[in-house]
Amino acid sequence: MGLFSGRKTVFVDSDILVIGGGMAGCGATYESRYWGRDKKVVVVEKANIERSGAVAQGLYAINCYMGMQWNENQPEDHVRYARNDLMGLVREDLGYDIARHVDATVHLFEEWGLPIMKDPKTGRYLREGKWQIMIHGESFKPIVAEAARKAATKVYNRIMVTHLLMDKKKANRVAGAVGFNVRTGEFYVFRAKAVIVAAGGASHIFKPRSVGEGMGRTWYAPWSSASAYALPILVGAKMTQMENRIVLTRFKDGYGPVGAYFLHLKTYTENAYGKEYESTWYESIKEMVGDYVNHQPVPTCLRNHAFLEEVKAGRGPIRMVTKEAFQDPHKETIGWENFLGMTIGQAVVWASQNIDPKEVNPELTTSEPYVMGSHATCAGAWASGPEDYAPDEYQWGYNRMMTVDGLFGAGDTIGGTAHKFSSGSFAEGRIAGKAAIKYINDLGKDSPEISEAEYENLEKVVFQPMENYEIGRNEIVAGTVSPSYLLPMHGLLRLEKIMDEYVGGISSHYTTNEPMLTRGLELLAMLKEDLDHLGAEDLLQLQRAWELQHRVLASESVTHHTMFRTETRWPGYYYRADHRKLDDTDWHCFTLSRYDRESGDWTMEKAPVYHIID
Amino acid sequence: MPTFVYMTRCDGCGQCVDICPSNIMHIDTTSRRAYNIEPNMCWECYACVKACPQDAIDVRGYSDFAPLGHSVRVLREEEKATISWKIKFRDGREKNFESPIRTTKWGSIKCASDYEAPSQDAINSQELAHEPDGLNIKELPALKPDQFKVGVL
Repeated sequence: MGLFSGRKTVFVDSDILVIGGGMAGCGATYESRYWGRDKKVVVVEKANIERSGAVAQGLYAINCYMGMQWNENQPEDHVRYARNDLMGLVREDLGYDIARHVDATVHLFEEWGLPIMKDPKTGRYLREGKWQIMIHGESFKPIVAEAARKAATKVYNRIMVTHLLMDKKKANRVAGAVGFNVRTGEFYVFRAKAVIVAAGGASHIFKPRSVGEGMGRTWYAPWSSASAYALPILVGAKMTQMENRIVLTRFKDGYGPVGAYFLHLKTYTENAYGKEYESTWYESIKEMVGDYVNHQPVPTCLRNHAFLEEVKAGRGPIRMVTKEAFQDPHKETIGWENFLGMTIGQAVVWASQNIDPKEVNPELTTSEPYVMGSHATCAGAWASGPEDYAPDEYQWGYNRMMTVDGLFGAGDTIGGTAHKFSSGSFAEGRIAGKAAIKYINDLGKDSPEISEAEYENLEKVVFQPMENYEIGRNEIVAGTVSPSYLLPMHGLLRLEKIMDEYVGGISSHYTTNEPMLTRGLELLAMLKEDLDHLGAEDLLQLQRAWELQHRVLASESVTHHTMFRTETRWPGYYYRADHRKLDDTDWHCFTLSRYDRESGDWTMEKAPVYHIID
Repeated sequence: MPTFVYMTRCDGCGQCVDICPSNIMHIDTTSRRAYNIEPNMCWECYACVKACPQDAIDVRGYSDFAPLGHSVRVLREEEKATISWKIKFRDGREKNFESPIRTTKWGSIKCASDYEAPSQDAINSQELAHEPDGLNIKELPALKPDQFKVGVL
């Protein structure tokens, strides 16, 4: 053990272990406490829950609110909306479930002190669009974290969870997790009766447009390191729709959001020559996706597609026409506060480049792809549906339980449920929290047990990068180039290059095919082997090493799923050049994968899409 | 737009180290002051800037696309429950904004266990805490289990 022979192992017992203290994790914690008054509810977070997860920076809108109290929308309407946007394929049972609970969640936020804007005429929440309400959300996360801290038995900040632990008595049952404190280096073994994975989706698996210093300016936070997927994948949980990555149309370089601009400020896009362009691509889109082109609102991916084609045709840059709207001082204020509330970097870009949208129409761009489960996309784990109406095939246990007993998920973790955003993720956390308490109650005295051999072995695995560095460092004079280890940043850049070039990133105009995916998998396999030789100079680099491990596993899943679905379901997100069209005959279904940790093999299958709403 | 720390203002208190979601604000062992050790993993979320009691942290836009000479400064006042911004363009133009951040007292949230305990049966219902009252409608919406269709609609 050398340098780390004195390392301390800390054991933590709990009834419920919540991994990740973002929106979903805080919701899970709150609800677990409500239903399990005598239960030990532990939250583990790699940062500080006061400012962690995708909402760390704040939000200026809540994008999922029905308004059932004013008869604005019903849950059915939201299912239709999400299904339409995702080209027909969502878990309608799960989506309906979130939609029917989300209003009560938003009302809680308001009660807790989140400033929600009101329409002065009606007194109702001020709508940005059909589903969005506007908030002053700079402190959205601190407010939600306050509720979670009060509900939790204990919050463990600055601990990165690397692996889940399985029960040694009963196959396919979770028993806890391991990780390490990124500040002290202590090894943590969490024993739990139920585990709720509420970790983040994936930025930085595809090469970002910004380089050097700017590589941190990704659309989704750089700390969203795919733990939502890697943790369940490693223990054999089935995943779904992992090919369904998302590409975002955003303001150039800062990736400032466009939702309020389109919906509330009524700004619109035009090409470099001042022409509307979306309608000119109608026929070519129809050729690819058939009648889906006529759906309203036009699916996000298809609008991306028109944007991409217009740029490829040489009529870029595409600009947002803001000059008219911004003459109204009220709208100008909203336009700027929108960024300051959730994407401050865009304000910095505009200030630095002298872009005042009152005088200049700012450029838009399409981002690199991201893999996540809560925006206009729905990668994630395959989960059991609500007991009262989910079809039998979607129901094998408790609500939001994955295909591993006792393993629950919410937020980015759960697949098939697009458009949940912050409020829906919190609501889904609450659903999972209640279900996990029920699961524990039903377990009775049949508690899972962890295996000493398993966690001791994992301790070696977790700290191996520090050993690798310690030994390899002696071979070389100085610098970052070693023949025996790779630094985490080296591995990350290689991953991003592979995914970009072979799996449909920006440099190939989001296009791939079977030969490219095959080659991508070969290169990913070598990268995976090289991960055994990661070198970590310190604990921060050890954190980066494990974030990379999680990203690589999620990337492998994305690549297998992309290979399996031999159609182009979401043009504008990615293209299978060898299967250019949407194919409803063979592919109106979900893709499922399962990873075998022993053999490293992936098994793919299809699952039916049940439409429960007309 | 990575953060940087002014040498003369930082007193090494570590508030930024404690809050940074990306774990990139660290204390320099020689100067005993904080600095951003991994600017390319900075999301410019301003969590550290807002948390700094000495006003010692600022941001300089990412070098690969942001020309010099700009600034976006922030003042977050918990007691007043406001956040104020001053944006300065490269050419000197300025814009100022202020927004509320909270409508209730910090620390005032009622704990989930301070509510009356739910009945034993309620764990089997589909209702979450405070429902259906919290929905502001009569009852939690539900679907019938027999209305499925497989395949294309």
